[in-house]
Amino acid sequence: MTHIFQLLLEPLSYAFMARGLIAAIMVGVVCALVGTYVVLRGMAFFGDALAHAILPGVAVGYLVSGGARASLFGWALLTAVLAALGIGAISKGAQVKEDTAIGIVFVGMFALGIALISTMRSYTVDLVHFLFGDVLGVSQGDLLLTAVFGLLVIVTIAAFYKEFMVISFDPTLAETLRLPSVWLHYLLLVLIAVAIVVSLQTVGVALMLGMLVTPAATAYLLTRRLLPMMGVAALIGTLSSIIGLYLSFYVSIASGAAIVLVCTAFFLLAALFAPGRGWVWQWRRQAA
Amino acid sequence: MPIDTLRRRPVLIGRRETHLLDQPILALAGVSARYNGHYALEDLSFELIAGEQVAVVGPNGAGKSTLFKLIAGVLPASSGQVTVYGSQPGGHICIAYVPQRSQVDWSFPVSVADVVMMGRVGKLGLFRRPGRKDWDLVHQSLAVVGMDNLAGRQIGELSGGQQQRVFIARALAQEAELMLMDEPLTGLDVPSQQDIFEVLAALRARGVTVMIATHDLNLAAERFDRVMLLNRRLLGLGVPSLVFTPEHLLAAYGGHIHMIETTTGTMVLSDTCCDGE
Repeated sequence: MTHIFQLLLEPLSYAFMARGLIAAIMVGVVCALVGTYVVLRGMAFFGDALAHAILPGVAVGYLVSGGARASLFGWALLTAVLAALGIGAISKGAQVKEDTAIGIVFVGMFALGIALISTMRSYTVDLVHFLFGDVLGVSQGDLLLTAVFGLLVIVTIAAFYKEFMVISFDPTLAETLRLPSVWLHYLLLVLIAVAIVVSLQTVGVALMLGMLVTPAATAYLLTRRLLPMMGVAALIGTLSSIIGLYLSFYVSIASGAAIVLVCTAFFLLAALFAPGRGWVWQWRRQAA
Repeated sequence: MPIDTLRRRPVLIGRRETHLLDQPILALAGVSARYNGHYALEDLSFELIAGEQVAVVGPNGAGKSTLFKLIAGVLPASSGQVTVYGSQPGGHICIAYVPQRSQVDWSFPVSVADVVMMGRVGKLGLFRRPGRKDWDLVHQSLAVVGMDNLAGRQIGELSGGQQQRVFIARALAQEAELMLMDEPLTGLDVPSQQDIFEVLAALRARGVTVMIATHDLNLAAERFDRVMLLNRRLLGLGVPSLVFTPEHLLAAYGGHIHMIETTTGTMVLSDTCCDGE
C-alpha cells in the first residue's frame, strides 16, 4: 500500500509535474464540456481544422515575443477566434461544399504556421511543442491563464445552457422562439476556440481533437441526458489527464500522446461494454 | 383597444409584437417566395379564422414546407406581406412550427420532458432557469397529448406517433396559438394517426389554430373544417366539397391523380407520396 502511495506521490515531488497535472486536469474538464457540443452537433472536423488553423498565430506570437508565454496565448486566442468566425462565415456563403471550404482554410493556415516556424533557429523543438504539446513546461503564469479562461468557458456554458441545447437539437425551434440563433452559434464557435487555445500547451494542435471529442463521445455512449453526458465527459477527461501523465512519467512517452491514448482506451471500453449500446450487449442480445 | 397577451413578463431579448385582436390570426397578401430564380410560392392571399383547423394538401414540391416557414417567420417572403394579428411573424413567439420527425436527431441525449421544456425557452428569456410553473406547464402539455407517463424517457425510445405528440406538447408548452404541423401523419400507422386526431380535438377545445400539411386527400376531406389546395399557387381554400373538385385536383396534381366514380361519390387516388419536400 505504501508502495502505491510512493508511486503516486513521487512524480508530484517535481514542481513541473504538479503544475502539468493541474493544467492537464483543467484542460480535460474544459475540453470535455465544449466537446459535448462538438460531438452532438457533428463539428469534429471543424474542431480539428480550428486547432490547426491557430498555428500561424502561435508562430507570430512566438516570433514577436521571443517565446513569452502570455503573448503566445494572446496571439493564439486572437487567431482562434478570427479563424472560428471566419470558418463560420465561409461555411455559410461558400461556393464549394462546407467541409471543402473548411479544409482549404485549415490546411492553408497550417502551412503558413509551419512556414513561419521554419524561419526560427530552434525550428524542430518548437514545432514539436506546438504540434504535440509541452505540458511539463507549464509555468505558474500559464496555470493562471488556463484557470481564468477555463472558468470563463464553464460560466458561459452554464449561462447559455438551455439556449445551446435548443440550437443544437432543433435550430428551427430556436428561430421560432426568436432566440438570437446566429449570435449563439458564433458564441459557441468562440467557446470552442478558447478551449483549443487553453489546451494548446497540454496536447498541441495535432492531438487537440482527442481531448475535444473522445471524452464527450465516450460519455455519449454511457449516458442519456445532456447534463450527465457533460459530467461523465468531464470525469473521463480528468481521469485521462491524470492517468496519461503518470503513464508518461513512468513509461517515458510523450505526455500529450499518453493523455490522448488513455482517452481512446476509455472510448474503446465504452464502445465494447456500454450498457445497452456496447458491442458486447448487442452481441448478447442477438445471441439471446 | 389592443390587448397585450404576450408581455406578461419582461423578456430580455427580441421584440415582442402586441396582438391586435381585431386583426386575423394569420393573413397573407400577395405573398411570393422566390429562390434561385424560380418561384416556390406565387401570389398567395388568404386569411385564417382563429381556432380553425386547416389541412394543406398538394403534390411534392408544391411549397407546403416553404409556406409554413414563411408563416413562422423563419424564411423571408420575396414579396407580399405575412401578418399575424396585424404584425410581422418575426416578432411573435405564439407561432409553433412542428417539424417533420426526420428533422431532428432522436439519439440526442434529452428526455421527453426536456424536449417539451424547450418550448418554454423563448418565454423564459436569457439567464433564467425554468421554475415550478414552467415544469407544471410541461407536464400539463404532456398530459394533453397523453404522454405524461413517458416524461422521463429518452426520446430515442419513442415510437413515431409518440415522437409526433412530443412535438405537439412542445408547441403547447410554447403557448402557441398557431401551430404549423409539417406532415404529422406521414409514416404513422392507423392507431397512431387516431392518437394525433384525438390531440387535434383537444387543441380545438383549447382554441388553437392549426395548419397541417398532409398528402392524404381523403383524411383531409374527412377531418378538417377547411382544406387548402396548393401547387405553388393557391388553387383553393374552403370546405372540402368545394375545393376538391376534379378541375382543381387536376390543376394541382396533373396526371398524378386518379378519380374513381363510386356510388357514394368520387374517390381520389394520388400516387405522390411522402418524401422529397
